[in-house]
Amino acid sequence: MVPLTWYLLVTAALFCIGLVGALSRRNAIAVLMGIELMLNAINLNLVAFWRYAYAARMDGQVFAVFVITVAAAEAAVGLAIIIAVYRQRRTINVEELDLLKG
Amino acid sequence: MQQVIFIVLSLLTLSAAVMVVASRSLFRSALWLILAFAGIAMLFILLQAEFLAFVHILIYIGAIAILIIFAIMLSRGVMDPNEPRFNDQWRLVIGFGALLFVGLVVIMLRIPWPVNIVAVPADAIQLLGADFVGTYVIPFEVASVLLVAALIGAIVIAREH
Repeated sequence: MVPLTWYLLVTAALFCIGLVGALSRRNAIAVLMGIELMLNAINLNLVAFWRYAYAARMDGQVFAVFVITVAAAEAAVGLAIIIAVYRQRRTINVEELDLLKG
Repeated sequence: MQQVIFIVLSLLTLSAAVMVVASRSLFRSALWLILAFAGIAMLFILLQAEFLAFVHILIYIGAIAILIIFAIMLSRGVMDPNEPRFNDQWRLVIGFGALLFVGLVVIMLRIPWPVNIVAVPADAIQLLGADFVGTYVIPFEVASVLLVAALIGAIVIAREH
């Protein structure tokens, strides 16, 4: 089997790519895509640890399913907010959305 | 053999993820995102988590990616494609991301992970279901309440006033 470290390496790289996407893009939908990549990396990490350390029990997969649930809820609400913001402000550029700025 | 498959799949996933972040067109970003999701699902199969792989394909590719494409279509033409797609601090962010990656790699190579490879039980899906209505029944119910709340919240937020 592939060593566990390889999986950890891939998930770390995926998480950092998602982080760069979430912090550097100007479009709100692209920011959301970066967050989805980060959540995916975490999920892969959970499943890799489940397979390599606790495969006899299913707790690792249970937590992965919960992460998927929360990600689905987050995507639905996030995209609804983006649509509502677009309707009101006619922009989804996160640099122009500074209503809460002091 | 497994190593080769793993390397191919992870290169596919990582390059798709880089294209998601770097692509100029938002629509292409979303299509690359679908490829990244598919790569993750295949890595799940490699880890012998078949149920999770199918759930992942159903929810991420079938629901979230389609939702993102819908949102892109509904907000099309707002972002001028000739404008920069990154904000001013993107160099700083890439440096920070690289630093985080190096830090994570150093940590993961130093820690002796308690690896204990045993066979996946043959009735893994049954065990998973029993966990959901046994040990984890309260988080399971809370997750369903969260989904209902997100559903209603999304309708209320996106509704026209």
